[in-house]
Amino acid sequence: MSVPTELPAWQPTRRNAEAGLLVVALVIGLAAWANVDLVMLGELSPTFTVFAIVVIALAIVAHLGVRFAATYADPVLLPAVFMLNLLGLTMIHRLDLGEDVRAISNGTATPSPDVTTQLTWTALGAALFLLTLLVVRDHRRLQRYTYTSLFIGLLLLVLPLAPGIGATINGATLWVRVGPFSFQPAELAKILLTIFFAGYLVVKKDSLALVRTKVLGLELPRGRDLGPLLVAWLVSLGVLVFERDLGTSLLFFGLFVGMLYIATQRISWVVLGGLLFIAGSFGAYFAFNHVRVRVQVWLDPFAYQSEQGYQIVQSIFGLSSGGLLGSGWGQGFPLFVPYAKSDFIISAFGEELGYTGLAAILMLYAIIVTRGMRASVACRDPFGTLVAAGLSIVLALQVFVVVGGVTRLIPLTGLTTPFLAAGGSALIANWIMIALLLRISDTSRRPDAIVLSPDDALTQVMRL
Amino acid sequence: MSRQVRRLAALLGVLLGALLLNLTWIQVLHADEYRARSGNTRLILEEYNRERGPILVNRSQVARSVRTDDSLNFLRVYKPGAEYAPATGFYSLVYGATGLERTENSVLSGSDSRFFVDRIQQLFAGTKTKGGGVVTTLNSAAQDAAWEGLGGRKGAVVAINPTTGAILALVSSPSFDPNLLSSHKPDEIRASYKALESDPDKPLLNRPLAITYPPGSTFKLVTTAAALESGKFTPTTIIPGPAEYQLPNSTKKLKNWSGQPCGPDGKITLEEALAVSCNTAFAWLGNELGADALRAEAEKFGFNTSFQVPMTAATSRVPANPDAAQTAQSAIGQFDVRATALQMAMVGAAIGNGGVTMNPYLVDQILAPDLSVLSQTQASVFAQAMSQVNAAAELAMMVNVVDHGTGSNAQIPGVRVGGKTGTAQTGNDLPPHAWFVGVAPAEAPQIAVAVVVENGGGSPEISGNKLAAPIARAVIEAVLGS
Repeated sequence: MSVPTELPAWQPTRRNAEAGLLVVALVIGLAAWANVDLVMLGELSPTFTVFAIVVIALAIVAHLGVRFAATYADPVLLPAVFMLNLLGLTMIHRLDLGEDVRAISNGTATPSPDVTTQLTWTALGAALFLLTLLVVRDHRRLQRYTYTSLFIGLLLLVLPLAPGIGATINGATLWVRVGPFSFQPAELAKILLTIFFAGYLVVKKDSLALVRTKVLGLELPRGRDLGPLLVAWLVSLGVLVFERDLGTSLLFFGLFVGMLYIATQRISWVVLGGLLFIAGSFGAYFAFNHVRVRVQVWLDPFAYQSEQGYQIVQSIFGLSSGGLLGSGWGQGFPLFVPYAKSDFIISAFGEELGYTGLAAILMLYAIIVTRGMRASVACRDPFGTLVAAGLSIVLALQVFVVVGGVTRLIPLTGLTTPFLAAGGSALIANWIMIALLLRISDTSRRPDAIVLSPDDALTQVMRL
Repeated sequence: MSRQVRRLAALLGVLLGALLLNLTWIQVLHADEYRARSGNTRLILEEYNRERGPILVNRSQVARSVRTDDSLNFLRVYKPGAEYAPATGFYSLVYGATGLERTENSVLSGSDSRFFVDRIQQLFAGTKTKGGGVVTTLNSAAQDAAWEGLGGRKGAVVAINPTTGAILALVSSPSFDPNLLSSHKPDEIRASYKALESDPDKPLLNRPLAITYPPGSTFKLVTTAAALESGKFTPTTIIPGPAEYQLPNSTKKLKNWSGQPCGPDGKITLEEALAVSCNTAFAWLGNELGADALRAEAEKFGFNTSFQVPMTAATSRVPANPDAAQTAQSAIGQFDVRATALQMAMVGAAIGNGGVTMNPYLVDQILAPDLSVLSQTQASVFAQAMSQVNAAAELAMMVNVVDHGTGSNAQIPGVRVGGKTGTAQTGNDLPPHAWFVGVAPAEAPQIAVAVVVENGGGSPEISGNKLAAPIARAVIEAVLGS
């Protein structure tokens, strides 16, 4: 007899706020590009118009898509992501121009600009962003695909090891190459595994939270409940050993421990995870030469200045030359750092925009992660809470590992800087992640989703 | 679950804080240190890419940057090179920078925080702004007179404005041409540098600031000041001045250069003792005053202190805890007393400035890239070395030295010049150093000058007057005439 009563409560959609912030991001992005052109060429480059038209169109389409498909979604996420993507494109364009100058003075042919490729990937990312919003109308339906996600996720993770299509670049085997296209499947795997972890934990969280043993004052979970944690640990180690990818292994492990903590509400998981991480790190240090070299270079990069430490030392030189305000966009020497467009794009920003610019970029990431965490807290179903938190952790850890790596806070690992670095797979995966976060925040703020029990309805009536 | 999410968010916040702290360390707190490490080619490329600001003497640029066609866009040019080298130093691709080129680098290269507004403008405009200018306190007439006066002989000249401490002349001889070290060809730079380094006359040495010499009899100015300040002596006090002074607790005797007593009956007034530079009288005076009083007085003139002018000058020394024999020798500027030419000019300057020792400085103004004045150095007091009355009395005694005593070659018709000669034994078989410290005009001193001619030659007793005093006179005339 208890028929749920729906009360339409008015909620602001905040879509106009989003549009306003998008305009701000566009203005800054276009001004930055124009600034680079004027400094380096003395006039606007021919690509400026193309760039302007494409990004304005993308902004309009993305905004309309959100307005239509996720009306009540968080208004800050999309503009913040857009800003980062625009800054990344501008920096890649600036480095393209730098390479042109270098090629001309060396008398070699000018390389084809990477920014065109990156712009294409951006458009593709935005398209998949819209597609995700349109297809996933309710994030709870993803819970049905818990084990499908696990299966495809693990498959993607081991795909680079498959003979014929796997490719090893710079010592790490994380690429799949089919014809002219190469792709890093681990980028998509992180979304799928987040969905799996969330679905799995929603079901198992109670049994995992059961406390059976107390060791050294710590409440430890039952032995058989340790299973999933150990599996995650082994998968991370597997990625580390077989694909030699330090960053991804760290990312997955951190993600799983974080989500376990949220689901079980037990700090013991974090402690245990931390201990396993330390044990794994020591093991890896003694077992694998490439890990040992990384750590030694981290401890004293200047001792390996012209060999393995070259990148990180050049990165530090770039950052320190930038100082507080930077050399100004287009006026530094970011190309002295190898892989300035991808792994070390943060050093390029640090050199030309200085501490101020880099801090601003980190703040944009902080905004995105905070908004993701907010969506997680506001979400009324545990699955959505876990997915949103998981995706935010993935983003945050990625930023920490990359920025910490190129600034020598932690040993250098190979992860891409979300939305900034050149590289398609990561960009697409990150845009899909943002779509999922928007979807979750939309669901939690949508007024027609507020379902009141009859008791509540009665209270309401009484109040009337 | 939301509590856990919040806690995790807080943890991620801590990680963000760690990133920002680390960046602050690299980009702000220790940026200069990392920038300057070898292997960072950015610094050089950046500096040479920008028009470095000029170093000025009066209104002419003694160091400036001119545009070139090679990859390093600007060449540093010094004109006239060698004469101003002790002040400008050099700016070299291979050997870094010295002198004002080094100490004022942030201004000259345009990276100084005072150019904040210019730099902000540059950040967006992408125009390479010029560096700022450095105006020295040097007076080109005084510098020329000192440079020509030394005429290539080994030695140093420092002239100071007594009332401010501004350095008017800073000459080292022989000197070097900084253009040789500031070219764009590393091989040539290295060859030139090696040649200069192996030159027995040590032209790369900054003699007026970096070399401490035994000051010889010019140090009697400090002993006299200590005597007057003790209150037990006036210029007319009669003191013993025998032919020989028996060094206490020693078999050695300290003699006058003439071997004769300084006055009839071996007695002499303090004023006369200074005028004839009576060794035995001052040796006796040293022990009357005591080593501590002597050292305390010397320190008020700047001894035992390191001065940044802004280049760091060598510290002039008076020995700590000498015995009585050593105190007697110290009082006449021998034993372990050592002074730079700068220090002896400061002694003369303080006496001429009513007893107040001013901090010496070489940079008068800092100019913005558009050559407007950005900052002006303010004169500052180092210490009160003497009372005004005693300073006036000692200045009168110095005038007496020039008018009637050993410093006759510093006389300038119509100008009351005070001075003190010195002849410092160097111990070896080499001829002694010839010194002269002068102040003029005595009514209102505008210049104090110290001249040292290394191993000057000639008979020891007269070399200060013969070799150093004429140079001091020329510098004084140049300053008073300009």
